[in-house]
Amino acid sequence: MTLFKSTREIETKIDGFLDKVAEGALFFQEGVAAYLAGRQEEFAEKIAAINRFESEADTLSREVETNLYSNSLIPEHRGDVLGLLENTDNIIDRAKISLYQFVVEEPVIPAQFHGGFNQLAEASCRAGETAVKAVRAFFRDIQAVQDHLFKVHHYESEADQLSDALKREIFRTRDLDLAHKTQLRYFAHNVERISDEAEAVANRLAIYTIKRTI
Amino acid sequence: MALIVFLSSGLFLGWSLGANDAANVFGTAVGSRMVKFRTAAMVCSIFIILGAVISGAGAAHTLGSLGAVNALPGAFTVALAAALATFWMTRLNLPVSTSQAIVGAILGWNIYASAVTDTNSLRRIVMTWVACPLLSGVIAILMYWLVRGVIRKSKPHLLELDAWTRYGLLAVGAFGSYSLGANNIANVMGVFLPENPFSDLTVLGMTFTGAQQLFLLGGVAISVGVMTYSRRVMGTVGGGIVKISPVAALVVVLAQSITLFLFASQRLEFFLASHHLPTFPLVPVSSSQAVIGAIVGLGILKGGKGIRYRVLGEISLGWVATPVVAGLVSFLLLFFVNNVFNQQVFRETHFRIDAQVVAEVQRRGIPTAGLDELRGQDITNPVRLVKTLTSSGGYSEDQAKQVVDLARVTRLRVDPALLAMAGDRDWLTPGQWQAIEALAGRSFIRTWAFHRALAEASPDWSLRPAAKVNELWNKDLARRLAYLDRKFAVRDED
Repeated sequence: MTLFKSTREIETKIDGFLDKVAEGALFFQEGVAAYLAGRQEEFAEKIAAINRFESEADTLSREVETNLYSNSLIPEHRGDVLGLLENTDNIIDRAKISLYQFVVEEPVIPAQFHGGFNQLAEASCRAGETAVKAVRAFFRDIQAVQDHLFKVHHYESEADQLSDALKREIFRTRDLDLAHKTQLRYFAHNVERISDEAEAVANRLAIYTIKRTI
Repeated sequence: MALIVFLSSGLFLGWSLGANDAANVFGTAVGSRMVKFRTAAMVCSIFIILGAVISGAGAAHTLGSLGAVNALPGAFTVALAAALATFWMTRLNLPVSTSQAIVGAILGWNIYASAVTDTNSLRRIVMTWVACPLLSGVIAILMYWLVRGVIRKSKPHLLELDAWTRYGLLAVGAFGSYSLGANNIANVMGVFLPENPFSDLTVLGMTFTGAQQLFLLGGVAISVGVMTYSRRVMGTVGGGIVKISPVAALVVVLAQSITLFLFASQRLEFFLASHHLPTFPLVPVSSSQAVIGAIVGLGILKGGKGIRYRVLGEISLGWVATPVVAGLVSFLLLFFVNNVFNQQVFRETHFRIDAQVVAEVQRRGIPTAGLDELRGQDITNPVRLVKTLTSSGGYSEDQAKQVVDLARVTRLRVDPALLAMAGDRDWLTPGQWQAIEALAGRSFIRTWAFHRALAEASPDWSLRPAAKVNELWNKDLARRLAYLDRKFAVRDED
C-alpha cells in the first residue's frame, strides 16, 4: 500500500503548510502590537519567526506540488489544489512584506491611532486564519467550507471598515503634515491587505467547492 | 494445418473482444485519468488470461453459444463474421457487445443452414437491450447517492479518497477482467475444443490440460487486443459521453458489475427462490450496455446538460447495427466458404417421423393425426417441416417445434471409455456414472430417448419438477446431458 503511504506524507505536508500560514498571520498581529507598544526586542523576534515560517511554507508547498505531479495524484483537482496552495501562500507572503515595511520605514505612529491599528491587524489576522480553516475543510469536510467562507467575508469587510475609519481619522488630524498622513495611510492599507489576500483565497475556494461537490 | 487456419478466426475474435470489451472494465478509470492506460492494459491482460485459464476451463463442458454451429468451417466463418463486425465498430470507437455480434452471426448461420431459431429466447435477448442499460442507470444513481452519503459521513481527506478510489478502480477492474476472460473464452475458443491439437502438459508438478492451453492461447489473443487497440474505445466510454469524476468512474464500474451479477447469477436466483423472494430473469446481458447505461444515469443525475447526445446516438446505432451487420456478413461468408472453398459449413440434420416419435408425441398430449402423411420421409429442412405442420397439420408453432425436436435423428453410442479418457469421471455423481455404465454399448437414434434411458437407470439423471428452486439443478443437468450427447455422437464419417 505504497500509495497510502505517500498520500499520508502529502497530507501531513499540506497540514504543516497550513499551520505555518495560520501561525504567520498570528505572529503578524502580535508583531504589529509589539511595534506599536515600542517593544523592539519582541518585534525583532516576530519578524525572525515570520521569516522562518514563510520560507518553511514555501518549501512545503513546493514539495506538495512535486509529490502530486510525480505520483500523478488527484488528477481532477490537482490544478485547483496547487492554485489554492499558491493563493494561501500569498497570505503569509503579504504578512511578511507588511511587517518588513515597519522595519524599513520605522513609521512614527501617534498613540491616538494605536487602537485603530491594533483592531485592524486583529481583523486582518482573523480573516487569514479563517481562510486557512476553510482550506483545511476543503480537503476533509467539504460541507463545512461554506460556513468558513462566510466568516472570511465577514472579517474582510470588518477590516475594510476599520481601515476606512482609521484613514479618515488620520486625515482629519490637524497636527500631522501631509507626508506623515500619507505614510500612515500606506501602513493602514498594508495591514488591511492581508484580509484582501484571505478574501482572494475564499473566492477561489467557493468555485472549487462547487466543482468538488458535482 | 487446416486447424491453424480455423483457429485464426477464433484468435481474431479474441483480439476484437479485447480491443472492445476492455473499455467496459477500465474505460472510466483511464478516462478520468485515475489509472494510466499502461497499468490498466497490464492488469486487464493478466486477469483476462487468469480468468480464461482457471475459470474458463469450467466452461469446457458448455462449449459456448457458438457450439450450436455443428461444423468446424462453419464455426470458423461465424467467428470471423462476429469478429469483423466487432472490429468495424471498434474502428469507429464505439463500445459494442461482442455477444451481440456472435448472436447476429449465429442467426446468419441459422438462416443459411435452415436451422430453427428459438424466437422466444431471441425476443428475450432483444428485450434486455433496453432493460439492461435502464436498470444499470438506476443502479448507478442509487449507488452514487450511497457513496456520496458514505463520503459525507466518513469525511476522508481529498488525497485519501483519491487513493481509495484508485485502488477500488484497480480491484473492480481486475475482477471485471477475470470475469471477462472466464465468460467469453468459451465463445472465442469453445468451438475448437473437440478438435483440440494440444495434449496435457505437466510443468513443475502442475498439470495443464489441453483445454487450458487452448484457452491460454485465446486469453493471449484477447490481451493483445487490449494492449494494441482498446485505448480509443476507452476514450469514448471514459469521457466521450459525459465528463466523469473519479468517484463517479468507480460508481459506474460497480453499477455495471452489480447489473451483470443480477442478470447472470444462478446462485442468486436459487437463493432468492428458496427464500420465496421474486427473482430476476436470467438472460445474457451486455457489459457495454450496462456501462453506457450507468454513465448516462449519472449524467442525468447531474441535470443531463453535460451529456453529448450525438455520441450517445452513435453508440445506440452501433448496438442495432452490430448484430445486423454480423448476421449479413456471416450469411455472405458462409455462402463464399461453402461454394468457393467447397467447405462443409453445416452438417445436415435429418428428421424422421416414425413409430417412436408418434408414440412420444401422443404421450405429450399433442394430436398425431397430422403426422401420418409425413411418416417414413427423410426430412432435412426443419424450417419447412415446421411450416408444413402449422399450415396443413393444424399445429400451433410451439407444438410444431416440439414435434421437430422429437423427430431429429442423432445417432449415439454409449461408450464410458470416452468419458474416462477425458477425465470426466469426477465431474459426474456416482449415480450418474453407474447409469452410464449400465447403458454401455447401447445405441440410440434420438437424444431424448437416451436421456430417458439415463433417467430410468438413475434418479440423478432425472429433471426435477419445474420450479424456481429446481432451476439450477435442471440447467446443470441439461448442460451435462448436452455434453454427453456431443461425446457419444456417432459422426457420419466415423
